[in-house]
Amino acid sequence: MTMTEREFWTVLHGMVFGTVFLLAFAGGFADLWSLKPELITSAGIGERMKRLVIGMWTMAIMAWLTVISGTYIVYPWYRAGDPGSPRSLLLANADTKAWHTFGMEWKEHVGWFAPVLATAAAFIVTYYGPRLAEKNQLRKAALVLFTIAFLAAAVAGSFGAFLNKVAPIR
Amino acid sequence: MSTQTDLVKSNGAAGAAVLASALGVFITGSLTTLAEISGSLKTALAWSGAVGPLIGKTGVGVIGWLIVWPILHAVWRDKEVNFGTIYIVSLVLIALGWLLTFPPVFEAFSG
Repeated sequence: MTMTEREFWTVLHGMVFGTVFLLAFAGGFADLWSLKPELITSAGIGERMKRLVIGMWTMAIMAWLTVISGTYIVYPWYRAGDPGSPRSLLLANADTKAWHTFGMEWKEHVGWFAPVLATAAAFIVTYYGPRLAEKNQLRKAALVLFTIAFLAAAVAGSFGAFLNKVAPIR
Repeated sequence: MSTQTDLVKSNGAAGAAVLASALGVFITGSLTTLAEISGSLKTALAWSGAVGPLIGKTGVGVIGWLIVWPILHAVWRDKEVNFGTIYIVSLVLIALGWLLTFPPVFEAFSG
């Protein structure tokens, strides 16, 4: 049951921060989708807003923690210049090269879209509060930003899981 | 693009949040492709040797977002803006930003 420091940070980055973000999406999406006066009472909107605000900010914070830990802690180990680093191993083999040139190259950039867009969506939900139920255009915009943030995190998370399988950081 | 209004919670704050986040995404995407075109830009964006140019590409995007957002918020927060136009422009910027971080696209510009 031992774990190296690098394995610990890789797990924290991908399986704790990243997974919490991805798993919490469905709940946040459903709450934001159904935040309509015709679907819930005004008392229900008030109760739902507290949960929605907490959930949206938790997800935004998780997204920030994921990209910051990934970029500044895990990524330098991945891209180290020595021949045993995951990047070097992937690039040394024609069969695995695309995991870096496509998978990692996409993941490392697109992942940063998630916290920016999730923060904007969380801000809109917090700023307008229960009024958002009446402002359909703004609610839909927040929902779209939130969904794009999820898709960006899903791309980054999926490739992260595959990369950690093909060339784990140890 | 905006008109003055007395509404307490006008749509300007949402417009500022949406457009600023889209600009942040677009800046990161643009720098990802521009760094492939210009070797000197790629070097300039490598603020940390351990992280490489990724730190600059994403850092400039985040800093740009954090500069633009409060400015737009201060200007638009008490106004009813043309949210539909801002939203469409934002979606286009996000789509471009996404496209410019797609490896087959930015690698096509690689020197």
